[in-house]
Amino acid sequence: MTNKDNIRFIQGNEACVEGALYAGLNFFAGYPITPSTEITEHLSERLPQTGGKFIQMEDEIASMGAIIGASLTGNKVMTATSGPGFSLKQEALGYACMAEIPCVIANVQRGGPSTGNPTHVSQGDINQARWGTHGDHAIIALTASNHQDVFKITVEAFNLAETYRTPVIILLDEAIGHMREKLIIPEPGELPVVDRLRTHVPKGVDYHPYLPREDDRLPMSDFGAQHRYNVTGLFHDMWGFPNNDPAVVNGLLHHLVDKIENSVNDIAMYKEYWLDDAEYVLVSFGSSARSSIHLAQNRRARGMKIGVLELQTLWPFPTDIVREKCANAKAVIVVEMNMGQVITQVKNAVDNPNNVFLANRIDGQLISPTDIKTVLRMIQGKGV
Amino acid sequence: MGKGKSVTHVVDKEWCKGCGICVHFCPKKVLELDRKGKVDTVRLEDCIACKLCELRCPDLAIQIINKQEREND
Amino acid sequence: MNDTPFNFKDYVRSRFFPHMWCPGCGHGIVLGSLLRGIHELGLNKNEIVMTSGIGCSSRISGYVDFHSLHTIHGRALSFATGVKLSRPHLKAIVPMGDGDALAIGGNHFIHAARRNIDITAIVMNNKIYGMTGGQFSPLSGPGKKATTAPYSTIDNEFDIVELAKSAGATFVARSTVFHAVEAKDLLKKAIMHKGFSVVEILSQCPTYYGRKNKEGDAVQMMEGFKNNTVKIGSKKLEKNPNLIQRGIFVEDTDKPEYCEAYDHIIETAMKGNS
Ligand SMILES: Cc1ncc(C[n+]2csc(CCOP(=O)(O)OP(=O)(O)O)c2C)c(N)n1
Ligand code: SF4
Ligand SMILES: [Mg+2]
Repeated sequence: MTNKDNIRFIQGNEACVEGALYAGLNFFAGYPITPSTEITEHLSERLPQTGGKFIQMEDEIASMGAIIGASLTGNKVMTATSGPGFSLKQEALGYACMAEIPCVIANVQRGGPSTGNPTHVSQGDINQARWGTHGDHAIIALTASNHQDVFKITVEAFNLAETYRTPVIILLDEAIGHMREKLIIPEPGELPVVDRLRTHVPKGVDYHPYLPREDDRLPMSDFGAQHRYNVTGLFHDMWGFPNNDPAVVNGLLHHLVDKIENSVNDIAMYKEYWLDDAEYVLVSFGSSARSSIHLAQNRRARGMKIGVLELQTLWPFPTDIVREKCANAKAVIVVEMNMGQVITQVKNAVDNPNNVFLANRIDGQLISPTDIKTVLRMIQGKGV
Repeated sequence: MGKGKSVTHVVDKEWCKGCGICVHFCPKKVLELDRKGKVDTVRLEDCIACKLCELRCPDLAIQIINKQEREND
Repeated sequence: MNDTPFNFKDYVRSRFFPHMWCPGCGHGIVLGSLLRGIHELGLNKNEIVMTSGIGCSSRISGYVDFHSLHTIHGRALSFATGVKLSRPHLKAIVPMGDGDALAIGGNHFIHAARRNIDITAIVMNNKIYGMTGGQFSPLSGPGKKATTAPYSTIDNEFDIVELAKSAGATFVARSTVFHAVEAKDLLKKAIMHKGFSVVEILSQCPTYYGRKNKEGDAVQMMEGFKNNTVKIGSKKLEKNPNLIQRGIFVEDTDKPEYCEAYDHIIETAMKGNS
């Protein structure tokens, strides 16, 4: 039976905070920005209660720098931001990719570009999460449509960051971040928590911070512990020292991309609703998925064979899963609040891209079941 | 008076880039650049072990070991 | 204190020498002074984290046998803030170029000073962007030549000491690579100071600054540091007020240090929690 103390009625941003603490977060650096500010505010209160550290930095770049520094001393770290702040973080985010530093970045999306539509919902940063920092790289980005799942993917974000030694992005949106609903906090041990993998190499023996084990994982050594090594954003050898030998550059870039892209199916999280016989598949995520599920439920009641594939892992894009789940669909409708970002990936994934349609909304209003229904009717040739 | 006999100069010619800072600032003119442009101790007997060369060497290429000083320690 | 004789090979990663700096570059002298200072203090190498940004100066972190974190241009202090706040027992040393510290990194510089977090910032001031090939920096000052100032600069320069002071740094000092022993002693004091410490060390870039501004080779530029600087309050200033002063400008041990202050926050929060 669930302990009553574990039941909360809170915002999505707080669900993210609870998930982070459950996963063992002990260092947070941030800079306030709507609609992510509540994450920063709540952690300023909660972290010191657990002996963790919170710091409000001078900007988002500094916040990103601070969490990378604190991760290297052996902490589970996170920062939170929205649109403009996410833009500022990109250079240091690339550094974390290159230097393989576990860290979690929550971006509660608002309307963009620029200052855009701060207090309104959007899902316009999907591609930025993928390609915001320069250069080839791979990235992990997760999202969710309700608070129980926000909690779960937040824990998972920390787990993936540790497993793959990489930054992981949590892409919430304003509607999820600010909406209040019930959250039941799992008991300790109910969800798996991946701890920092530390090296067993004894003192005096050469430790290689960038030499993958057989299972491809890279054990770390805390700054301050017995192994002194170098960390750099330059291409580097297995000791972490700058090296631009073509073979080293080639090897490292492949490693950075492959360690994530080759694990796409392990990283993939998704939920499915009524897909078994679905002729119409709605592919959605975040708050858009709520409207998609609502509509599908409503149409099912009228006998329509429609289902929903809700993506929780957006990057690396779960191409195989999308192809498989859409294989028998007459039409696939991607429901998202942007000009069409995930749809590009879905068209790439499915066998017949001509059957993929976009139902979107970009005016700062939550996409409604009616908005999706309108597109559905057009596809069916029924007129609006 | 030079401390010549108790002083050893350890020069790493691979590390030396021949900037000439040590040669110029040596108060006793003990050092010169050799034909390859690397530092050379030419008048060790005049060295007073002030270590100004070592302190100002940007290449960490010269070390002055003063046995007297070590014994006194 | 440390009685064993100093040998820099105990402190550097010898396999990367000879280093990448140009012949006569002052940055290597800063490295020497720093290592000597650390040796004399007898610090444990495992307790030092050297965090740097990008620039010729920033390459210093790769050469030292400490924990070393070579980050991105201008942001080293923010990375170091994460290291220090998360593990306050570690000594955080941040060598920076003048551009790194005060152009792109100016905001982090003043905010680290304002917080009075226990980090030692060393500004290796050669008044130029060395690494990118000789563009002017916010320390070049007006009337200088640089690859981006072919007609000469019109930008005014910062005074690092005044800036650090007014931003709240609790230890502020200046020296030059000519005064390598003085620089070492100031670095020792800065490292042991509890709070944000800044040591500006005038360093020469003979390759770009020296050549562009006809200041001669490394030797002549170091003669310049000798002739154009004086100890704080020297009588010579009466005759020539333009001389640059060297020494300790601020040493304040009363202001709370950031990590210690945060420990009190934790105490308060934990009481409220139980
Ligand atoms: C974001 C960013 N902008 C610009 C650069 C290019 N860059 C590298 S070092 C540098 C300036 C170096 O000058 P300084 O900090 O004074 O160090 P020095 O090389 O003179 O020691 C610049 C502009 C960069 N690496 N990153
Ligand atoms: S370019 Fe200037 S600062 Fe850079 S190594 Fe050469 S002399 Fe030193
Ligand atoms: Mg410079």
